[in-house]
Amino acid sequence: MIHTDMVCPFCGCLCDDIVVETEGNAVVRVDNACTLGTHKLMNASMDRLKGPIMRDGAGWRDATYDEAIEYAAGVLLDADRPLLYGWSSTQGEAQGLGVSMAELLGGVIDSTTSVCHGPSILAIQEVGHPGCTLGQVKNRADLIIYWGCNPTEAHPRHMSRYTTYADGFFLQNSFRERKLIVVDVRKTETASIADEFVQITPGGDYAVFSALRAIVRGRGDVVPPTVAGVTKEQLEKIAEMCKSAKFGAFFFGVGLTMAPGRYKNIRNAIELVDELNRYTKFTLTPLRGHYNVYGSNEVFTWMTGYPYAVDFSRQIAFYNPGETTAVDILARKECDACLIVASDPGAHFPRKCLEHLTSIPTVLIDPARTVTTPLCRCQIPTAVTGIDASGTAYRMDGVPIHVKTFLDLGYPTDTEVIGRIFEKVQEVRHP
Amino acid sequence: MSELLVKNAYVIDPINHIDGEVMDIAVRDGRIVEDVGPKATVIDARGCLTLPGGVDSHTHVCGTKVNFGRYMSPEDMRAGREARRGVKHATSGYSVPTTYANSYRYAVMGYTTLLEGAMAPLEARHTHEEFSATPLQDMMANTLFDGNWGVMNAIRDGDQDRVAEIVGWTLSAVKGFGIKLTNPGGTEAWGFGKNLTCINDEVPNFGVTPIEIIQAMIRACETLRLPHSVHLHCNNLGNPGNYACTLGTFNQIPDLNEKRQTLYATHVQFHSYGGSDWKTFCSKAEPVAYTVNNLPQIVIDMGQVMFGKTTTMTADGPMEFNLYRLHHDKWSNHDVELETGSGIIPVFYRRKNLVNSIMWAIGLELALLVKNPWQCMLTTDNPNGAPFVKYPEIIALLMSKKYRDAEFATVHPDTGSRVVLPALDRELDWNEIAVMTRAGQAKALGITGIGKGHLGLGAEADIAVYPIRVGEVDPAQEYRKVIDAFSRTKYTIKRGRPVTRDGEILVHGENTTIWVDPKMGPGHDISQDTEFVKMFDRYYSVRMSNYPVQDEYLKRSLRMETEAVF
Repeated sequence: MIHTDMVCPFCGCLCDDIVVETEGNAVVRVDNACTLGTHKLMNASMDRLKGPIMRDGAGWRDATYDEAIEYAAGVLLDADRPLLYGWSSTQGEAQGLGVSMAELLGGVIDSTTSVCHGPSILAIQEVGHPGCTLGQVKNRADLIIYWGCNPTEAHPRHMSRYTTYADGFFLQNSFRERKLIVVDVRKTETASIADEFVQITPGGDYAVFSALRAIVRGRGDVVPPTVAGVTKEQLEKIAEMCKSAKFGAFFFGVGLTMAPGRYKNIRNAIELVDELNRYTKFTLTPLRGHYNVYGSNEVFTWMTGYPYAVDFSRQIAFYNPGETTAVDILARKECDACLIVASDPGAHFPRKCLEHLTSIPTVLIDPARTVTTPLCRCQIPTAVTGIDASGTAYRMDGVPIHVKTFLDLGYPTDTEVIGRIFEKVQEVRHP
Repeated sequence: MSELLVKNAYVIDPINHIDGEVMDIAVRDGRIVEDVGPKATVIDARGCLTLPGGVDSHTHVCGTKVNFGRYMSPEDMRAGREARRGVKHATSGYSVPTTYANSYRYAVMGYTTLLEGAMAPLEARHTHEEFSATPLQDMMANTLFDGNWGVMNAIRDGDQDRVAEIVGWTLSAVKGFGIKLTNPGGTEAWGFGKNLTCINDEVPNFGVTPIEIIQAMIRACETLRLPHSVHLHCNNLGNPGNYACTLGTFNQIPDLNEKRQTLYATHVQFHSYGGSDWKTFCSKAEPVAYTVNNLPQIVIDMGQVMFGKTTTMTADGPMEFNLYRLHHDKWSNHDVELETGSGIIPVFYRRKNLVNSIMWAIGLELALLVKNPWQCMLTTDNPNGAPFVKYPEIIALLMSKKYRDAEFATVHPDTGSRVVLPALDRELDWNEIAVMTRAGQAKALGITGIGKGHLGLGAEADIAVYPIRVGEVDPAQEYRKVIDAFSRTKYTIKRGRPVTRDGEILVHGENTTIWVDPKMGPGHDISQDTEFVKMFDRYYSVRMSNYPVQDEYLKRSLRMETEAVF
């Protein structure tokens, strides 16, 4: 059976032109997706846990969904300061339930944002965000900047769908008519096709932004001959390319948000884009990784007012990244239970945090075994949104897309499992 | 079967010509009926002003830019925090509160129906998701067509039917309510960082002018028999001297509909500016209001500015960038491919600021100078002029010359020479306020037929019971009592169920989303048109099949079906 216009649930590009061919419950062919997406879709039914598992001494035993859900609810109800973390590879509906449950429990809810583009959000909260939808870039942009990111490998279709190779209304031959600037600390695959590759010494992003802002403002005289390994001559050339573009689109990744300077880098980048808008049109977009990490920010925001790291322990929504973010709470050994949904902190968090996760009752809701599995006491497998579950996801530019399903493997969805845990919680903590 | 009896209510119901009659209102299963049985729940409204539930025909409470206003403003969130209690969720925010906070605060003020003023079709799903988290009001979304490529191409080609076909298909696809034009053509120009000055500038690359867009969309609106008229945010918002553009627009609006206006011009305060720069800035509310008085085909809303902190947000992207260059605080922008744009900046309207003081006066002048209250709605363009929680103060300002004078004494001292407000003695009465806050708004939106904005038999039982004795309070003198009463109902009843009592939230409700589905008949299905499909394939970043909003996004749905007449 052939399923057209399916949505790829891998990265923040949310490509929605995927063709999937299935025979029974096997995926036999995937068209249009990139290598990463194809791999996820082709292996849709592989490596999935058959059912919930629970710790049994040093090993594991199988459990029923009823038993695992009961356990998860009990753990959360027993906790003084539960942490509900993850939420980036799941549907918006599940995220909304997560927020309501955190609110009722007086817990903390955080998404993987706090370890990826959290600094971008802090910068946006200081100076705003001149952005646009990706189709706007496709149709108009004659200059693309990728800074601290490598879309060729992390967002493989970004360039063919939205930027370098994407023809648009005002650019009929985009590859020739568009300029590409890549800024990075090393020469990546993406950099190899750039019209201009700017190699910055690690940690030098902030200084380079400041120099560019000075040049754009006509104060090039204050810029020294080299800035963070970049010559003034090249900086002037880039500034001129930006000012003379009809529409410039700036994309950046965790190479910028997690580099020294962190959110100040992004603030400087946004202010450069603000400045450029006095001369031409310029926009800026964070390259979001998980397919629905931006959705978690959106859902959390309309429900609580804050995009991530929301602490309900005072019954109000309280937000202070650095204090209420998952890594900080774990590092301070503050939480006494943790529910992890659709993310893999085991592969990304500092060791100190993981040690604390193993010392408290941690429940994982995830379709497959991950690096986080060994840290948990219970894992509940669910359907994968975009494969055997449907739901809402937000693309990196904020466009909400209905992610569809093409298989029925019999797993409950995240929304169903979290909904059932929430029901149990409500039986005890009814408002 | 649920039954409710609101007894001894002092009722003002302008649509049914009831102006101060003490009566009982009987409700069965969410609708107003002749009478109910002895087991009905009874609410004693003795001595309470009782009105149909409030309707806000232009507010920004849900959707991409509203949520981005929250996202970028943790400082605003800290200003409105309340704890979770009972069925009530925790709330945050003052000028752009969370969905729950918006819903609770509107409900406490007696509002039961809201129209989100601007929804980009591509991002409609987001608006509907937020609607589902807005529990206590029925919701509608005006849909943006100001920079729609398909529409502009059809207008350039002189194909009026095609304009209507595209609008009809899009409204159905995104489950929108009516047509919204924000700075028509200007938002497309902003795609390359430009703007248009007024209605006769040509939109770059598309060969059409704003007035051509406005007139073609008005004709399309009538072809599709939409309940609401074209809802227009004029070109050149916020600039000194822009009243001329506003008048130029109004004077070219045909009168095409006997039942309602042909054009709803929104937040006209922002479009009634005289002077040639900020130094000569002054009010031109008089010529604008006189024009409205002579054109029954036009309804306006005030877009009142109130002093204090707020967040401005609009699809008018270039205007927001200009405002950012004035304020230099922070700026967000979000252009939407093939459709529209938007911008957000925080502002603080100051009494010490001459321009802000004049803006404050202009909104009030418009409401006092437009003779017919059915032609002027009470709004703040929430949150652009002020958050909606300021409505009770605006009501009091309109009812009391004494209050206006007291406030006027606190604004910038040079304001008096730039406005006419001190010379206006008119004080609106209770009935006029009822028109401007519910009956007129429902009529302008075309939703009286589905039982909104009135308390007649069969109407939706959306009822606001305010704790104020109309006969015993002189609003011209005791304006504080008016503010207090309109700030907090004794009861707000939604679909026959009390949802708030003395400011307390009683239920976690479920709203109805009202949307319009124009039926266009064979030969008019634009989704089968090869050129239209090609435009989608080539220029949108989503597939056409993934564009429409699925039914499941509307928890309760009220579809208003219309029959297009080409």
